[in-house]
Amino acid sequence: MVLATRSDREPSLPRTLWGSTIGKKAVMAVSGLIMLGYLVAHVAGNLKVFFGPEEFNGYAHWLRTIGAPVLHDEWMLWIVRVVLLASIVAHAVSAYQLSRRDIKARPVKYAHKRARASYATRTMRWGGVIIGLFVVWHLLDLTTLTVNPNAQPGRPYENVVATFSTWYGNVIYIVAMLAVGLHVRHGFWSAAQTLGAGNAARDRLLKTLANGLALALTAGFIAVPVAVMTGLVS
Amino acid sequence: MSTGTETGLPPYAGYATGEAIADAAAPEGPIAERWDKRRFEAKLVNPANRRKHTVIVVGTGLAGGAAGATLAEQGYRVVQFCYQDSPRRAHSIAAQGGINAAKNYRNDGDSIHRLFYDTVKGGDFRARESNVHRLAQVSVEIIDQCVAQGVPFAREYGGLLDTRSFGGVQVSRTFYARGQTGQQLLLGAYQALSRQIAAGNVEMHPRTEMLDLVVVDGRARGIVARDLVTGKIGTYTADAVVLATGGYGNVFYLSTNAMNSNATAVWRAHRRGAYFANPCFTQIHPTCIPRTGDHQSKLTLMSESLRNDGRIWVPRAQGDDRPAAEIPEEERDYYLERVYPSFGNLVPRDIASRAAKNVCDEGRGVGPGGQGVYLDFADAIRRMGRTKVEEKYGNLFDMYERITAENPYEVPMRIYPAVHYTMGGLWVDYDLQTTVPGLFAIGEANFSDHGANRLGASALMQGLADGYFVLPSTINDYLARNPGAGAVAEDHLAVREAVGRTEDRLARLLAVDGDRTPDSFHREVGELMWEFCGMARTEDGLREALDRIPRIREEFWQRIKVPGTGEEFNQSLEKANRIVDYLELAELMCLDALHRAESCGGHFREESQTPDGEAARRDEEFGYAAAWEFTGTGAAPVLHKEDLVFEYVHPTQRSYA
Amino acid sequence: MRLTLRVWRQRDAGAPGAMTTYEVDGISADMSFLEMLDTLNERLILDGEDPVAFDHDCREGICGACSLVINGDAHGPERTTTCQLHMRSFADGDTIDIEPWRAAAFPVVKDLVVDRSSFDRIIQSGGYISVPTGSAPEAHATPVPKADADHAFENAECIGCGACVAACPNGSAMLFTAAKVNHLNVLPQGAPERESRVLDMVATMDAEGFGGCTLAGECATACPKGIPLPSIAAMNKEWLRATRKGRRS
Repeated sequence: MVLATRSDREPSLPRTLWGSTIGKKAVMAVSGLIMLGYLVAHVAGNLKVFFGPEEFNGYAHWLRTIGAPVLHDEWMLWIVRVVLLASIVAHAVSAYQLSRRDIKARPVKYAHKRARASYATRTMRWGGVIIGLFVVWHLLDLTTLTVNPNAQPGRPYENVVATFSTWYGNVIYIVAMLAVGLHVRHGFWSAAQTLGAGNAARDRLLKTLANGLALALTAGFIAVPVAVMTGLVS
Repeated sequence: MSTGTETGLPPYAGYATGEAIADAAAPEGPIAERWDKRRFEAKLVNPANRRKHTVIVVGTGLAGGAAGATLAEQGYRVVQFCYQDSPRRAHSIAAQGGINAAKNYRNDGDSIHRLFYDTVKGGDFRARESNVHRLAQVSVEIIDQCVAQGVPFAREYGGLLDTRSFGGVQVSRTFYARGQTGQQLLLGAYQALSRQIAAGNVEMHPRTEMLDLVVVDGRARGIVARDLVTGKIGTYTADAVVLATGGYGNVFYLSTNAMNSNATAVWRAHRRGAYFANPCFTQIHPTCIPRTGDHQSKLTLMSESLRNDGRIWVPRAQGDDRPAAEIPEEERDYYLERVYPSFGNLVPRDIASRAAKNVCDEGRGVGPGGQGVYLDFADAIRRMGRTKVEEKYGNLFDMYERITAENPYEVPMRIYPAVHYTMGGLWVDYDLQTTVPGLFAIGEANFSDHGANRLGASALMQGLADGYFVLPSTINDYLARNPGAGAVAEDHLAVREAVGRTEDRLARLLAVDGDRTPDSFHREVGELMWEFCGMARTEDGLREALDRIPRIREEFWQRIKVPGTGEEFNQSLEKANRIVDYLELAELMCLDALHRAESCGGHFREESQTPDGEAARRDEEFGYAAAWEFTGTGAAPVLHKEDLVFEYVHPTQRSYA
Repeated sequence: MRLTLRVWRQRDAGAPGAMTTYEVDGISADMSFLEMLDTLNERLILDGEDPVAFDHDCREGICGACSLVINGDAHGPERTTTCQLHMRSFADGDTIDIEPWRAAAFPVVKDLVVDRSSFDRIIQSGGYISVPTGSAPEAHATPVPKADADHAFENAECIGCGACVAACPNGSAMLFTAAKVNHLNVLPQGAPERESRVLDMVATMDAEGFGGCTLAGECATACPKGIPLPSIAAMNKEWLRATRKGRRS
């Protein structure tokens, strides 16, 4: 018999959090919200592509000098990168562990399958994996320029246009952004529930906000490849 | 000693009358002081010694759950059993309406004495005054206890508890939690019990059914129980045994009881020497959903609280099969309001049930087979508005619609009486101890507080009173006076005999391999009981039933078919084993009904009625509780009479006109 | 009506199981789903076969014993318990799949019967208010705002059937646990043990092997008593609050 009895010594806060399904979900929620905040800033920056190469490349350069002169060149960029990396790791590890646990919690599946039962769960799991793979490609493409057709350091505008001038670049990007939309749609609302912000009265507001965010992010990100394809940006 | 053979009755009915029985435990003196007096006089067990005493509690309903939790809190070692998979599911959970308590929060003239008075009168003067008064006293504490446990009773906007009125009374003393009062009270007891299980003070055995009582040197010292999952027969010994196993209404096959509620524990105890009192006092609940066909497995009750706002009627004319809406007001007969103008639709259950039977017998019943009357909320909806009705009765209306596919907001409900509660049970004294020392019976399993008829919302009150307050006080006295006669060895002769009897019986059931299912026998005896020992009973009918029951029993042992083995999860074996006991209990019920040639409360003998068809009691001859002693299967039992003395509430013909 | 049933048969916890097909005829639309199974079992007994084992008791939708997954839905297509589901919800000639609750924390006992004692252990770890008999203050000593009382009641309606776990893609017991935590934590009587209650109950829930919550919402859809999904968010809030504040008792 498994019984959680009251112990005299309380475990530390991180231990309590990481040791519980609710705690791990809270870690996922917070790391997810950090990444969501980053995506909002990212999409805003992306849209500068519509103001031409000067402004876009200037903006990209500014990103490296934020905080100057207090911070040294690229320090802010590295701080952001470290925070993001930590978030990704925390998000992915907790997702992996929770998913393993969830699968183990139902060792025998139902013979009568139902489509809707696992819709949200499945989009989150597979969507997460797709997004993870995309991030790797995205970094190789536009950060390290390893796979970029143009690969000109300091010329992000031209590199972006080069990527979206290939069919596969567009396909990979658009599929990933749709996954981001679906992920944010359930994830944002879900994070609100996990962090205890949800209640019956606020539910509609949270759902609307989640849908709005998902739509704005997806549309904003996809606007760039569409613009390149249609020649609006070249 | 007089024997029935002189009256020419058949063998079983030729019972003997033995020595009178008296309640030796009740103290003398003014009734309001007796409970305090008893509690003071009762010996106590030193708190440090309680851990050395083991008490077995069978059943986890309101009475059993409350008793197990409270005894464990006091420091006793409790070993508890239920046949369900969890102690949260006992049938107390299905009680809908509410629980009475003499709180007088409404300032409407209620008091402990009035609750006492109403209960004795409602029971048609066949209950013991001392017990009923104690019940009324304790009722007040129950509400406090349950509120502290977090039972979410209905509240008013000021944050205080709401109450409503119930059948048979003119004050508003019923506390409720929407239509799920029993559930909420039971979960309160279950949670208290869970706390004690976690603390290691209660050893809980779910899915384990008591099949026999172990009596050593004349004292109850344990039980034989079957693990329903593995089929293993186990013995459990203790210093005292408490039966909280509920009533025996399922003898009728169709009743509002849970499917697996059964009489095996009490009947086995009866066979081991516990007298069975007033078995014929069964309550037929007036507001149940009518049956739809032969496939019916149980009947569903609609809370009596519906009678607060619903109006009961049938068409004036016989065979009027127009839809309810097309029958104009002047062609409707609101028969309860007509015959009983001061109580109207709130007359006690037995009266409401019989009135429904009468109008249906006249050919004025509604619905399929004419076995139903209308319970109409049209006026209530007009008066209070649909929202208010929905708030008060929403879940009951939903339940009705799910079962019948009719919307009660638009068409009147159809209701018909059904067996619901059994006032009879194991005879107990003021301490709730049976005639077997060390064996206690609490809740519906005993006979004590409701006389010949129970008032609405009093079952929950009695179950919790027995479990939380009465038994935990009185059992101390027994345990203190009998300080552990030493543990009973596993291989003690009495234990081995009890196990042997149980194993033999199960083996016999499995060996017959006949051609009839357990349910077919259960249905047969149930229909017989409903016909001859139901809402109205006659001497001829009861004699016929007494003639037929032994023949059904004989056929049972020739034709029963139980598949599988005893060493596995076997629901057919469980059923068949319970039916063996119903087939004996049914006989005793009919005999009790036959011998009690008067009408009182739930027991209506057609030979004994007033010119206008009301029940006529015969206090001179039958002012006693009938406690029966078992002598053998099919053998005439011995009747022991406990004379009922009424010092405070003087018997009058009940009048609800 | 005539129906084809595909029923999960499994001799005991250790034996392998399989879906077995039965034909039943003469089923009335007024029968409850369990009465339909009774009909099948009566025939199986007479044919010398082992009848289908299933948990059931009150048959009026309140004890929480009945537990069938019918065509992939916990308690079948209507929002009620299996015992209150009637055959009018099906059509002549239908094929109906009947399976037990599926979860690691609910092992099969036999056929359609599962062991739900993990739920009892969750309650045992804190789903109560510690108030020994006789120690209660007068009931009116603490008024409870009607809204709080109603909220507590809404959560207290849980019948412990386990449909939430059966329906959840992760076999999670969050809705069950949340219902009891919310019932007791919203009441003033439950306040002294508020933190330890939620921490201990959630710890036991995890230890019993239930899955985590991904807020798919299937639990609340399947719940025959309508325990709302926001109860889970409310419990999360209680839990996070308790981890910050620490236990008081």
